[in-house]
Amino acid sequence: MQRRDFLRMGGAGLGALLLPSYGNAVAAEVLTTKIDVAVKKRLADVALNAATKAGATYCDVRIGRYLRQFVITRENRVENIVNTESVGTGIRVIANGTWGFAATSDFSDDGVAKATAEAVAIAKANSKFQSEPVQLAPVKGVGEVSWATPIVKNAMQVPVKEKADLLMDVNNHALKAGADFVRSIMFLVNEQKYFASTDGSYIDQDIHRIWAPLEATAIDKQSGKFRSRAGLSAPMGMGYEYLDGKPSGRVALPGGAVAYSNSYNMVEDAVAAAKQARAKLKAPSVKPGRYDLVLDPSHLWLTIHESVGHPTELDRVLGYEANFAGTSFATLDKWKSGKFKYGSDEVTIFADKTQPGTLGCVGYDDEGVKTQRWDLIKDGVLVNYQVIRDQAHILGLKHSQGCCYADSWASVQFQRMANVSLAPGNKAIGVDDMIKDVENGIYIVGNGSFSIDQQRYNAQFGGQLFYEIKNGKITEQIEDVAYQIRTPEFWNACVGVCDDRDYRFGGSFFDGKGQPEQVSAVSHGSSTARFNGINVINTARSLG
Amino acid sequence: MIFTESDAKALLDKVIKMSKADQCTASLNGSTEGNIRFARNSVSTSGLVHNAELVIEVAYGKRVGTATVNQFDDASLLRGVRRAEELAKLAPENPEFMPAIDKQKYVATDTFRKSTAAITPAYRASVAAACIEPCKKDKLVAAGFLLDGQRMSAIANSKGNFGYQVETSSDFTCTVRTADGTGSGWVGRNVADVDDFHPSSEIQIAMQKARDSSGARALEPGRYTVVLEPAATIGLLARMMNGFDARQADEGRSFLTKKGGGNKLGEQVFDERVSIYADPADPAAPVIPWDEDGLPREKVTIVDKGVVKYLQYSRYWAKLKKQQALGMPGNIIMLGGDKSTMDLVKSTKKGILVTRTWYIRMVDPQTVLLTGLTRDGTFYIENGELKYPIKNFRFNESPVIMLNNVEEFGKPERVSDVESPFLMVIPPMKLREFTFSSLSDAV
Repeated sequence: MQRRDFLRMGGAGLGALLLPSYGNAVAAEVLTTKIDVAVKKRLADVALNAATKAGATYCDVRIGRYLRQFVITRENRVENIVNTESVGTGIRVIANGTWGFAATSDFSDDGVAKATAEAVAIAKANSKFQSEPVQLAPVKGVGEVSWATPIVKNAMQVPVKEKADLLMDVNNHALKAGADFVRSIMFLVNEQKYFASTDGSYIDQDIHRIWAPLEATAIDKQSGKFRSRAGLSAPMGMGYEYLDGKPSGRVALPGGAVAYSNSYNMVEDAVAAAKQARAKLKAPSVKPGRYDLVLDPSHLWLTIHESVGHPTELDRVLGYEANFAGTSFATLDKWKSGKFKYGSDEVTIFADKTQPGTLGCVGYDDEGVKTQRWDLIKDGVLVNYQVIRDQAHILGLKHSQGCCYADSWASVQFQRMANVSLAPGNKAIGVDDMIKDVENGIYIVGNGSFSIDQQRYNAQFGGQLFYEIKNGKITEQIEDVAYQIRTPEFWNACVGVCDDRDYRFGGSFFDGKGQPEQVSAVSHGSSTARFNGINVINTARSLG
Repeated sequence: MIFTESDAKALLDKVIKMSKADQCTASLNGSTEGNIRFARNSVSTSGLVHNAELVIEVAYGKRVGTATVNQFDDASLLRGVRRAEELAKLAPENPEFMPAIDKQKYVATDTFRKSTAAITPAYRASVAAACIEPCKKDKLVAAGFLLDGQRMSAIANSKGNFGYQVETSSDFTCTVRTADGTGSGWVGRNVADVDDFHPSSEIQIAMQKARDSSGARALEPGRYTVVLEPAATIGLLARMMNGFDARQADEGRSFLTKKGGGNKLGEQVFDERVSIYADPADPAAPVIPWDEDGLPREKVTIVDKGVVKYLQYSRYWAKLKKQQALGMPGNIIMLGGDKSTMDLVKSTKKGILVTRTWYIRMVDPQTVLLTGLTRDGTFYIENGELKYPIKNFRFNESPVIMLNNVEEFGKPERVSDVESPFLMVIPPMKLREFTFSSLSDAV
């Protein structure tokens, strides 16, 4: 799905809702089945043999079955229920030292062999423009293995009616609590991915993700003013158990807001969203200036994503994304110096594709590399990047970090962001402790508007809920807040991070990159953190 | 995969006959798209994708189900129809259900160009070479993308409606950077007919901007007169056009909502020099003459001399409000003058020229306040001349306010953007008091 399509589907745009362009819509029962591993292995061997025979020095095959379910509602009605399935094979080869890729939905031996031949032909044709041959970091074949997201309840097996009933309940509660309008959506993803390569790996993975966003809107007809509050849940690498709303997942925050960790009470959040949207209509507008910001994990994940996750992607640093997403200020010379202070001593940021419950958690990446954890910023210093097999040698690494991903069997895999997270502080500090020392500050909960430049220096972030802090106490809910940062200055202004009791995840289901654009899902963990002296602007305008 | 009109009609007729539901709508979309991507003066990826899919939507009463298939033998078609019927039976009733549309008359639009349909892998490679070679020679670094293709659309329903059309397009973008990373330029060109695309001259624009933008100076953020190239405004206008939905305005959540209730249809919302219309047959930007619901696109005046003349009604909302539902526009055409971007610069005493904008996001939908940044060629204008390159700015500005601060419009140009659902023909704009809120160090 293009990000553009999602933006239109998720928001009330000028036109009708789009049918997600993911693949074939299918009946519900199809979503609970799987393709036999033996069939996939046989087909993979057809491609591996055909590639070798055609002169490829390396080949990997991804046989993918991508299942998605969408339940889309507003107010008292279900607008759309869509089941989609997309099945096919992507074949990537190296020939003449150059990459080639082709994909097919034809499951016959001939069809796969033909696509393999196309991939080799493309590699050979493009080798004319290649300045240096591809260098792959070695990967030891793992033989036949499997991995699955550790879920309790497979969301694809939960009846559609149960999901529609939950969303209707959510909407009814929001309307009763004072919302004029409410939207709630459920997105479910199951990626059944089989990977095989000439290195001797045959990896079968079953990956699950879930997201349940909502938005309540309140209107003041007299003034023509309207305000919305989006849900405070996170998309997760979990099953349907995420929506159980267990008390253990409830996190009561200073100021009266409630956030969630690994279990989400959607009805409770909808009621709060309705009330807080109404409160926004009357909340005083922020006075622009410098404030100390206390940022909740439901907000901070997006700042981490944009200002650390993207700039430490090595393909951006090298210029491969220069024409679209951009390059990076975190250049190789800064890393080589071993002294570049990306942040204060409080800031340690790590990449990790093994944390259970996260969107990026898998056993192996899309080029057969076992996933791992490593530091990007250690005690404030830039120490590493995110790389895949053909980039590892640039950093002098002997292995890939396992960051390769494709959003479909039909897309070529490339470097995508790992889960990138702020390490919790070592001292025992809770959120109340963090707030009590702040003289003039703002406490921000939930992510809002976001924008960052093409080298990841200048960013601006909004939020969902803003609370003024005066002399160590939260005074009131305020509005029209956005803060602007210069990335290294912002992270160097970090004076404290709460301990691991407050560590929670946020994340993006549709992070866009590449041309043609591909989406990827990624989580970012943190505890609440404080940043001193940040520039806050007022976003209220008048149209006369 | 591109079906002929008779093949498409035969297939859709067959599907509709297979359905036992109260009504059936089917659409067949096929495409052949090729691309080439390059970076660091080297080709990085290229591909060719053939695709076709059939969407079958059926209804029993007010229950709707949708299924899609990409295999077209009789057994697959039947399976698709039955799946849609199963989903329809499982779905809750939609209180806003609308029956299938009646037989429509679609205007003819000229969306197919043989030359574009005939693009080969060798041609794509030649475009990459036409960018890479001169950059290498001048010690500049090119990164770019060409996406071209033909798309076929056919629709039919159980009420006898039918439409068939093929369109072609070619979209090119290229960013050129100086080897030391201190300068960056950009060029983009979207054409219907690839014979109108000349990569060797286009690349010179990006190369020149890369060289000229090196060594940028910092200006204080604030309000400036700006000259915005069309590529700098398409992302801003696209987001504003989303506010032209009648239901959103009537419900009280659009910049076109009136205080006390209702919408601003018929009100002066923009400067009187602002006139915007949509026309599927516009020769500069023809589009398929129906929208996703099969509703016919017609020529509509959206804004006339600053007055809002058109809001988009869904079929349900139109019925409720006793209005006519027309197809959602596929293009946006804005009137302008005869001057080039550089002519607008010439008449500017002090101002800023913006090549393009980037990472535009909604800050406040109430006022359509948007934030984003300038990129790949931002220059200070003094006494009608580009004086020196300046560092990029973040802006916080509303297109509604922009279109009330008009100094002059230039000659409209065809432009597209990955985040705009509309193909646009819009002028370069000279505007006063455009709000830049902070500096960016990004090049």
